[in-house]
Amino acid sequence: MIKIDALIVGAGPVGLFAVHQLGIKGLKSEVVDNLDKAGGQCIELYPDKPIYDIAGIPECTGEELTKNLLEQIKPFKTNFHFNERVQEITNEGNQWIVKTSKNKVFSSPNIIIAGGVGSFEPRKLSVKDAEKYEGKNIFYSVTDKNKFSGKKISIFGGGDSALDWALELSKISKVTLVHRRDQFRGAPHTLNEIKKLEKEGKVDIKTKYQLSSIEGDKSIKSINIKNDDGKEIKIETDYILSFFGLIMKLGPISEWGLNMDKKTIKVNTENFETNKKGIFAIGDICAYPGKLKLILSGFHEGALASVECFKRARPNENYRFQYTTTSKDIQNILGVKTK
Amino acid sequence: MPKVTYIDSSGNKKTIDIPNGLTVMEGAIQNKIPGIDADCGGSMACATCHVYVKEEWFNKLPKIEDGEQDMIDMAFEPKKNSRLSCQLVVSDEMDGLIVTTPSKQT
Repeated sequence: MIKIDALIVGAGPVGLFAVHQLGIKGLKSEVVDNLDKAGGQCIELYPDKPIYDIAGIPECTGEELTKNLLEQIKPFKTNFHFNERVQEITNEGNQWIVKTSKNKVFSSPNIIIAGGVGSFEPRKLSVKDAEKYEGKNIFYSVTDKNKFSGKKISIFGGGDSALDWALELSKISKVTLVHRRDQFRGAPHTLNEIKKLEKEGKVDIKTKYQLSSIEGDKSIKSINIKNDDGKEIKIETDYILSFFGLIMKLGPISEWGLNMDKKTIKVNTENFETNKKGIFAIGDICAYPGKLKLILSGFHEGALASVECFKRARPNENYRFQYTTTSKDIQNILGVKTK
Repeated sequence: MPKVTYIDSSGNKKTIDIPNGLTVMEGAIQNKIPGIDADCGGSMACATCHVYVKEEWFNKLPKIEDGEQDMIDMAFEPKKNSRLSCQLVVSDEMDGLIVTTPSKQT
């Protein structure tokens, strides 16, 4: 059991800054995120797109913002639990007991949900039987490419993941790459490579086609793909690899008994606590009158939530508001010296 | 005020007045039109505000940009007449626009 002062769900910019706000109050937090790295939407959806509305930073990318936030919370030596999702919660007195998808157990008086629009999961194929073959003949990521050696692989998608795996697997398997239009959006170098392989007959490319059905019994035997004019082609296939990016799903949090408003969680604006004592929601996932889904709003929400977290984690101490510019306590925590 | 009609996948119609300058996505969210999720809030990063635009309207709309086309690749059952409703800014020329929402967004 990991005992901490606050468990943060979500390692996006708002979750990261919450670590800071808790940290300068002397509170120890740890972070759980379903992705394999910090940054949330900033990294997953728009790492290269510039952001122009972070106060004091005229322009930065999602990636730069994440890097700077990680730098800012370095003094707190925070533990991150990546590739993991919070699952169930139970209440023991003043403490919340939180279990994750990897069976880690946290005990904390505070849970801060900074989960954005939910945890990222691969977008799945919707044709009949896709679910039945998932993990067996259909994959949304590749962990062991050797399994595909000598097999017939149909790869779906038009981005870097689809192109990179088409290139890589063409060396060991028979690859058909299927995309719904004739333009791919991969790196130019990868595109050239793919075109070269197509000319050499090492990759079969079918554009303007989409998956229409799967045939097989215990395992997949073939697939049918269809174009906009209704023309259908059958392709013998052992494995399907599908790369249609990620979607966001709230997951188990929606069953925690929190007051919800569609996919968001209702909070009060005094401390961003939900209807459950000690459970807070900040950033895009929280709902209150006038809410703006901006990173800067999430920073403010985390600051206010951290004050209530302090009161719950240190019931016998008085909370004192302090400035980082002058507080010796904070400067000790940050390990900085001032004159 | 321009009128935009939303038809869901089972054929239910709703016509809404949308002030100029709002997007077709915002019009849907503000009027609680089901079938448009808009998870990313309009930053063209999620493809969950995907709609089909009636043929006769498709060519009249502002041209589709690469970034939008790239996101539509990710959408649920994209077609030739797919658009992201967050990229359709309502104007007088769009009065009478009809969009159909897919059977689901993810």
